[in-house]
Amino acid sequence: MSSQDQTAELLALYGRMALIRQVEQALTRLFANSEVPGFIHLSIGQEAVAAGVASAMQPQDTLATTHRGHGHVLARGMDVGGFFKEIMGRAGGLCQGRGGSMHVADLGLGILGANGIVGAGIPIALGSAMAHAIRGTQGMAVAFFGDGAMAEGVLHESLNMAALYRSPLLLVCENNGWSEFSPTERQFAARLSALAAAFGVHYQQVDGNDVQAVAGAAALAAARLRAGQGPSVLECVTHRVRGHFEGDAQKYRDADEISGLDAHDPLARARQTLLAAGAAEAGIGALDARIAAQIEAAIEAARADALPAFEAAVADVYTPHEEARA
Amino acid sequence: MSATELRTAGAINQALRDSMQQDEAVVLLGEDIAAAGGSFKATRGLLDAFGPRRVIDTPISEASMASAAVGMALTGLRPVVEIMFMDFVTLAMDALVNQAAKARYMFGGQGSVPLVLRTPHGGGLSAGPQHSQCLEAWLAHVPGLKVVCPSSPQDAYALLRAAIADPDPVVFVEHKAMYAAKGQVDTAQTARIGEARIVRAGRDLSLVSYGATVPVCLQAAQQLAGEGIEAEVLDLRSIQPWDKAAVLQSLARTHRMVVVHEAVQAFGVGAEIVATVADEGFDELDAPVLRVAAPFMPPPFASSLEQGYAVTAQRVMDAVRRALA
Repeated sequence: MSSQDQTAELLALYGRMALIRQVEQALTRLFANSEVPGFIHLSIGQEAVAAGVASAMQPQDTLATTHRGHGHVLARGMDVGGFFKEIMGRAGGLCQGRGGSMHVADLGLGILGANGIVGAGIPIALGSAMAHAIRGTQGMAVAFFGDGAMAEGVLHESLNMAALYRSPLLLVCENNGWSEFSPTERQFAARLSALAAAFGVHYQQVDGNDVQAVAGAAALAAARLRAGQGPSVLECVTHRVRGHFEGDAQKYRDADEISGLDAHDPLARARQTLLAAGAAEAGIGALDARIAAQIEAAIEAARADALPAFEAAVADVYTPHEEARA
Repeated sequence: MSATELRTAGAINQALRDSMQQDEAVVLLGEDIAAAGGSFKATRGLLDAFGPRRVIDTPISEASMASAAVGMALTGLRPVVEIMFMDFVTLAMDALVNQAAKARYMFGGQGSVPLVLRTPHGGGLSAGPQHSQCLEAWLAHVPGLKVVCPSSPQDAYALLRAAIADPDPVVFVEHKAMYAAKGQVDTAQTARIGEARIVRAGRDLSLVSYGATVPVCLQAAQQLAGEGIEAEVLDLRSIQPWDKAAVLQSLARTHRMVVVHEAVQAFGVGAEIVATVADEGFDELDAPVLRVAAPFMPPPFASSLEQGYAVTAQRVMDAVRRALA
């Protein structure tokens, strides 16, 4: 690849990260302003994982993600307008205002949902990967999970099953060092590398704040999966900047740890690499501005959208008969 | 096609076979269902007929197996999962309650989860407290799930075909003591989930039941007929949704009702039916509605204890006489 192509590729990755960052920064403001109901869990500082892994995905691929899943679904291409309407509880939301932040989904894009249950997306992605193999789609399924899910039994079960069936399953662990309010070393006695090795599953660890490293490792894993070489684990070491949920004062974290997080910022690092490679600062700035305008328009549209009607929701728990026949 | 005689396990096997032949998206997964043919032989021969891509032996990992089925259903397949004993459904509850039941609603109707979870319930085999429970009321309590429970080989066939064709998740509850029961099965006959059936007409009282206690009710009704009491026996066939109209119509004919099931009485399926009858059928009632069900205790092991626990024709007859007194 020419250095010009490499720079264009990094700019595209930066664009995906900038979209995620700016969306979540907007959400902090909307949340503080009581325009977002319920709870939101932000992935600020972890954008390189979402952008890097999404770059290795093809149209037929599927993914399941977590309560901290905004980045993954946006990197996959979820419509920003439908996303904001959903999180702000509007009728025009992607899920008609019935799921919110923890349940955003777009089945058309192969996004099988964020999930409110820690680890629950892993076996769902396993089944999706099995379906890809059974149907011969050449697709893979991606399971995003956090380090907190390493203690969930379904991860261990799914590693075993994916290994037995050689399923095209990419298990992406975003290890941000915190299981909700507790440091990971107090939650998990093993290492993910050892767990993968126990089942004979291919494993890579990358600097999860280096978007090019993540993209490269994800591409390598995807190539193996598509060649029928079985499941793969990708552990991305990263940092959670905000609290477990928005509004969490993070009293349990060391002040020095939090103040040092800027040094790891994946966007700043990608920007630096771009400038060093000769990309124009004005070009990056224009990209940032285009994203900001897109988000502002999406928020205004969400504010103007209707609230969901109770009657329609209560009537839609099961597939209506007409739809079932068709 | 004319009817042939099949055991319940054979009827289930035929329904799986016919569904798989008709639709390539139908796949089976469960513990020992492929090479071993299933603990109760319901899947015998299907591995040979359809191969290991569609008939999948899983490790003993109920939670991930059931959740994987949700992922399959969201990726274009129609999985049928077998959970070897209904007691083990406790391990698959996240898949059923938080995932399968919620996906269609929670994702704003973008898609559905066409998943069937087959599982045997019920006692009578001295299988003890962890292999005998009837837990269907738990699942019927969850919006988004359907719960079906057949009482004959014919219904086992037709209702399983309907469950596999259904776009939403269906828990298909089989009674392990009924697998060997024989009956005529006409594979051309269809069934609709949510429709009850009158298996015996009668003017004096309605016996409402489902699953293995339907034959118990019939036995009681036959004995009562000798005393001049004509009981109507209504088989719900489906617990969620349940056929409220058929129950209220039967009550309007007989004005007395006894609800019968093997599951524990407290907070059970019968409680929902009785409460609805008290609300919407109050003017038709000539006597309190009674329930015959299991006492509030774990299913026992020793035969003498199981006899005390079981719903028998005698207990049903005693309740009928109380309702007519």
